[in-house]
Amino acid sequence: MNFFRFILQNRSQVLELTAEHLWLVGLSTLFATLIGIPLGIVIAHWPRLNKPVLAGANIIQTVPSLALFGFLLPVPWLGDRADRLAILALTLYALLPIIRNTYTGIRGVDPAVMEAGRGMGLTESQLLLQVELPLAVSVILSGVRTAVVISVGLATIAAAIGAGGLGEFIFRGLAMVDNRVILAGAVPAALLALLADIGVGWLESRLQPR
Amino acid sequence: MQPTPAAPVIEFRNVSYHVAGTHVLRSLTLEVQRGEILALLGRSASGKTTTLKLVNRLVSPTSGEVLVNGAPNVNAEVTRLRRSIGYVIQEVGLFPHFTVAQNIGVVPKIEGWPQPRVRARVEELLQMAGLAPELASRYPHQLSGGQRQRVGVARALAADPQILLMDEPFGALDPLTRDELQREFLSLQRRLGKTVVFVTHDLREAMRLGSRIALMEAGKLVTILSPDEFLRSTDPWAAAYVKAFGDRLESIATEGMS
Repeated sequence: MNFFRFILQNRSQVLELTAEHLWLVGLSTLFATLIGIPLGIVIAHWPRLNKPVLAGANIIQTVPSLALFGFLLPVPWLGDRADRLAILALTLYALLPIIRNTYTGIRGVDPAVMEAGRGMGLTESQLLLQVELPLAVSVILSGVRTAVVISVGLATIAAAIGAGGLGEFIFRGLAMVDNRVILAGAVPAALLALLADIGVGWLESRLQPR
Repeated sequence: MQPTPAAPVIEFRNVSYHVAGTHVLRSLTLEVQRGEILALLGRSASGKTTTLKLVNRLVSPTSGEVLVNGAPNVNAEVTRLRRSIGYVIQEVGLFPHFTVAQNIGVVPKIEGWPQPRVRARVEELLQMAGLAPELASRYPHQLSGGQRQRVGVARALAADPQILLMDEPFGALDPLTRDELQREFLSLQRRLGKTVVFVTHDLREAMRLGSRIALMEAGKLVTILSPDEFLRSTDPWAAAYVKAFGDRLESIATEGMS
């Protein structure tokens, strides 16, 4: 198949764009995790905040990605560099599954376990770190897993605003009406998504209690 | 009642608790003496679990005060207070991701005991609770209901608290296991001399374990009687309990024969 030949011939560019793609996805997932897990913890403990926060994350999710990239373009510091902008947009998209799963995971901890822990004199932070988070970790990580897989796909669209990544090949291929070029972007992106899924899944099983 | 020479370990002074317009508990006054086992008997929603939770401040009273060892329990730091009081619940509430040994060692560990001392204490408690040493490395889901409840009791005793609060500790067990655990618990308590408050809806259990029975109904303390007095009591609620208990006994007996 000449698609493979195309990839081989352009391997340095394929690698470069894959690296860019990983950069976009990796950094945005990191940010989304750093924001999403604490937010999820907060709304699990203050139920009053749960509706507005989840609604906000949901609304972000409904904005079409191309539109979100476009909306952010005129923002001063962000608009200077396309990759900053792409990372922000991807972070926003990744928030929902992470917040929601953190919330669900923590709410899913047996109330009897929490009551016993509280009754024995564990402080709220000891309960969080020793009981809630360890018991919720697999649910939280499956949210991260969903977020990563979504991000790998969405990051291809970042190429439309010049943020690089494997989307470059896809858009170029579309413009050239050349399937080989499209596939040179799409296939590595799909592989990345698969690998990320397996990777986080492995982490999930390692951290699973019991 | 006889005059009590020593100061009560736990004392409720005119304690009420309302939540959302419901009177869960109305002006409860009650004293628990050192070394006794007080059974809080009543049906569901009679306020007995709330009474228990008022002691370790899982519930705060709307009015009145609860004294533990002579001092209002609100004066103590809440985690400190709770760590000095053992707490056992029906659902046991063992940490599913902790081994038996880790579960028993929770309070000693957060109290900052050195590791060898925690380990020694866990071994001691396993033996005290009638658990084989090899169970130490098991997880709660690998245990039987009776074993789990034993771990729950061992965990509550870990930091050697003066007071033990138990909320239907043997309620979810099959009759044989319950019988066995009740008997062992009684001999354990005689040996350790803890002050115990336990909640039950089972008169038989209250009679068997309690040195006194506090009968509660609709958020009020109806009466406090010794098991013997309870049987002979002319109080309508107590009599109703004895009657219901008798009926149930009969039905159990006929079930057994058929």
